[in-house]
Amino acid sequence: MLLIPCPWCGGRNDSEFVAGGETFIERPAHDVSDAQWGQYLYFRRNTMGAQAERWFHAMGCRRWFNVLRDTVTHAITETSPMGAPLKAKQ
Amino acid sequence: MRYSLLALARNALSGHAHWPRAWRAAELKRSYDVIIVGGGGHGLATAYYLAKNHGVRNIAVLERGPIGLGNTGRNTTVVRSNYLWDDSAALYEHSLKLWEGLSRELNYNTMFSQRGVMNLAFTRHELVEMERRCGALLLNGVDCELLTPAEVRRWLPLLASGESSRYPVLGALVQRRGGTARHDAVAWGYARAASALGVDIVEHCALTGFRIEGGRVAGVETTRGHSAAARIGVVTAGHSSVVMQMAGVRLPIQSFPLQALVSEPIKPVLHTVVMAGLVHVYLSQSDKGELVIGAARDSYVSYAQRGSFHIIEEQLRGLLELFPIFSRLRMMRQWAGIVDVTPDASPIIGRTPVRDLWINAGWGTGGFKATPGSGFVFAHTLANNEPHPLIRNFGLDRFVSGRLIDEAAAAGVAH
Repeated sequence: MLLIPCPWCGGRNDSEFVAGGETFIERPAHDVSDAQWGQYLYFRRNTMGAQAERWFHAMGCRRWFNVLRDTVTHAITETSPMGAPLKAKQ
Repeated sequence: MRYSLLALARNALSGHAHWPRAWRAAELKRSYDVIIVGGGGHGLATAYYLAKNHGVRNIAVLERGPIGLGNTGRNTTVVRSNYLWDDSAALYEHSLKLWEGLSRELNYNTMFSQRGVMNLAFTRHELVEMERRCGALLLNGVDCELLTPAEVRRWLPLLASGESSRYPVLGALVQRRGGTARHDAVAWGYARAASALGVDIVEHCALTGFRIEGGRVAGVETTRGHSAAARIGVVTAGHSSVVMQMAGVRLPIQSFPLQALVSEPIKPVLHTVVMAGLVHVYLSQSDKGELVIGAARDSYVSYAQRGSFHIIEEQLRGLLELFPIFSRLRMMRQWAGIVDVTPDASPIIGRTPVRDLWINAGWGTGGFKATPGSGFVFAHTLANNEPHPLIRNFGLDRFVSGRLIDEAAAAGVAH
């Protein structure tokens, strides 16, 4: 069970949230190649260790935000509102 | 040593103290024709069929820990082949046919039991989807039946399925040739048979990197030294992204925990595999008497082999909704395995951007059932340096072309 520190509501149970996967993925321009579009659409880092991801507080404030979470220890070290970067280096 | 009634009797007389090791403890040699990274069921099956069907003898299987402690020992042992799309049906049906002769082929009792797999429908929509799937299966030559609510009740009297229940059952899709197998025995059986054909099974040997020269893979670096190979197959479910990153290859895969539970053993009460999509749970009873209960996967990426408690809470809620009789049953063990999930819930088997480096990954929540078929087609692929006809459409290139094999929608709960 994760305790997720929502930047708006504070620490809440992970059953209130929806995991949105890797964050900071930039949508490419429309004229990119199929290979680049495929990369954007399907390919993920799937990091073992500290991963930058987005979560949605579906049963709370219903806002998206960024989280830095370790995928081995599940420790959450940082959050930031959508659109703002995480301080730790990716 | 061949296992037989005579061998059993002879060893019984000496108090079962002299059974030989099932497979050789091998040291890593400096060079091989083929190296398989990953000693789970799929990797061991690949090595076995490479040696048996293609005459390749100089093979190593590298396993980070001991054989059978990864996902092979963590699944819920369900075997079936009732997939919607033609490509999947052909691949999984090939696998099911191999299951049907596997114990004899390996001279090892895999306890494969064709007790039937029953998918329950609770809504009109589920029922319509099942009718569609059943039609597609019959066209593909895969056995399949639709049951009426009365037939479901007759087959499964334990089920709370009547008009008064919260989720009345509207029908079911049944594959009678489906069932369960003993997961450990599958790994051990393939390991033993492959070892007897000369395959080196190197346990406690973790990969640390690949040797890549001029865009072509030349060998592996491991915790037990380096080894050269003409061809390398990566079969490391749960860690595919981590391993392929060592070769500089990114995959369309995310890894999630998938949890399961086992109850205390009870007398035989459940004679088939039951899967429910809407009331999300699936279960079967092992020959030892334990209920083996599976659930939904957790929603976040993890390599920790543990998941959130609310997932198993929901799973048990589903179980009791359908089978109130189990309300006082105690659970003995709970665990999670890490499943590599692709965007279309179909596996990736084929080339990688690195020449002579092949991948077999992304089986998601349902890889166990495919163990023999996956090994069979991947062995053919490695032996011929060309994808087996059954996996022509399962390559990485589908995530560029967009020709997905979207079983994600078709799977429901069922794995």
